[in-house]
Amino acid sequence: MRIFDPHIHMTSRTTDDYEAMHAAGVRAVVEPAFWLGQPRTSPASFHDYFDALLGWEPFRAAQHGITHHCTIALNPKEANDPRCAPVLEDLPRFLVKDQVVAVGEIGYDAMTAAEDAALEHQLQLAADHGLPALVHTPHRDKLTGLRRTLDAVRASALGTDRVLVDHLNETTVAEAKDSGCWLGFSVYPDTKMDEERMVAVLREFGTERVLVNSAADWGRSDPLKTRRVGDAMLAAGFDADDVDLVLWRNPVAFYSLSGRLRLEPPAAGPTHAGNSILRGAPAEV
Amino acid sequence: MTTAPTTPGAGPDDGPRPPLAASDAEAQRWLDAALAEAAGRAPGWQLRFAEAGRRCGPSDTPRVRLLCAARPEAAETARLYHQGTAAERRAVLLALDTLDPDPADGLPLVEDALRANDTTLVAAALGPYAARHLAPHAWRHAVLKCLFTGVPVTTIARLADRADGDGELARMLRDYAAERTAAGRPVPDDLHHVLALTGH
Repeated sequence: MRIFDPHIHMTSRTTDDYEAMHAAGVRAVVEPAFWLGQPRTSPASFHDYFDALLGWEPFRAAQHGITHHCTIALNPKEANDPRCAPVLEDLPRFLVKDQVVAVGEIGYDAMTAAEDAALEHQLQLAADHGLPALVHTPHRDKLTGLRRTLDAVRASALGTDRVLVDHLNETTVAEAKDSGCWLGFSVYPDTKMDEERMVAVLREFGTERVLVNSAADWGRSDPLKTRRVGDAMLAAGFDADDVDLVLWRNPVAFYSLSGRLRLEPPAAGPTHAGNSILRGAPAEV
Repeated sequence: MTTAPTTPGAGPDDGPRPPLAASDAEAQRWLDAALAEAAGRAPGWQLRFAEAGRRCGPSDTPRVRLLCAARPEAAETARLYHQGTAAERRAVLLALDTLDPDPADGLPLVEDALRANDTTLVAAALGPYAARHLAPHAWRHAVLKCLFTGVPVTTIARLADRADGDGELARMLRDYAAERTAAGRPVPDDLHHVLALTGH
């Protein structure tokens, strides 16, 4: 089972996670820029974070045979902080980078005027840079949030076929599917979706344009939830091609809209032979 | 529903892949045009520098050629490094030999890369420019860092010249070998190779 996790915050995860993900079949990930739990206080803090998503994290992923791309954006929550919002002006210099395959995560958190402005601005940035957009839907007042999100997308220069609306559930999937957007589901241990509910949604709404992610981050979450969904699909009677469509071909198709997705295995030339993560060679060579 | 295309544990190698941005011929045409823009310092050549990976593939060479064609001033070179992805930073480091900035401008970039944990940056930093300009203490630590992180010492430009007669480097290497031995760990072959080059 080959797996592409289209939404995972590897910056917050350990090397053990990378090893377990590879063993489970994960060969490619996309890491969306988001908030860090601890609020940032300046654009410079974002710059270092974006640089890590474009430099150190792909290197770390490559040590474990996993291809790493990212999405870049000012996240909805911090769009409300006037100390952070000026980073919007700096985004263009990051959006031209090779590994950036979408603008994201953008969207709504508390549905404020500042979030409206940041979402509108960043949907336009996506259109200007030939990138699709990864749009987070809010945890609170979710259906209202989805509708406001879809209104913003329809008012933008970006077609719904270039937008992935994420963190969907049973209450939002029908309207999201009708919109023509790509459909993202985050599978979590306690909140968001779980494996069995995900299978039920796939039975009712089909596998087309559906992406499943772990959205694993610094909170209680599980980077192997993608694999668990694949196993649950097989147990429920879906075949291996259905699993491959949801866990590999759909995310590949969505992020390929950027024209920047590169899925050859991570480079392993002589300059990659060293492994600084090992902090020196292992005891037994 | 079709037959399963996958086998357990199979990687992405066996499945359909999106086409890369360009065929070899398209990549070459793109690069020729970008090199002309860079040579003329046309506005936007830096954007060509940023997108060279998706246009030409994963090799660092196209970006190095763009830099050598544009010959940016030292301040611009430093900005391209500091605002660059890992691949862009490698290209700047690899171009330093040709661009040959004043050491006051170029060495801080080399030293920044030598502090990195990304071994591709460490390797790219140790080209002929570093061989010419890096001070002895920093150069010895770079050699030791290669041994620590598994960067082959053959990557280090002019290794034999600079190691020759370096008694302090020989002492550091022997101390490191003793530390490895005390820990029950093997001493890297590269260490013996460099030690022999010192002549001590």
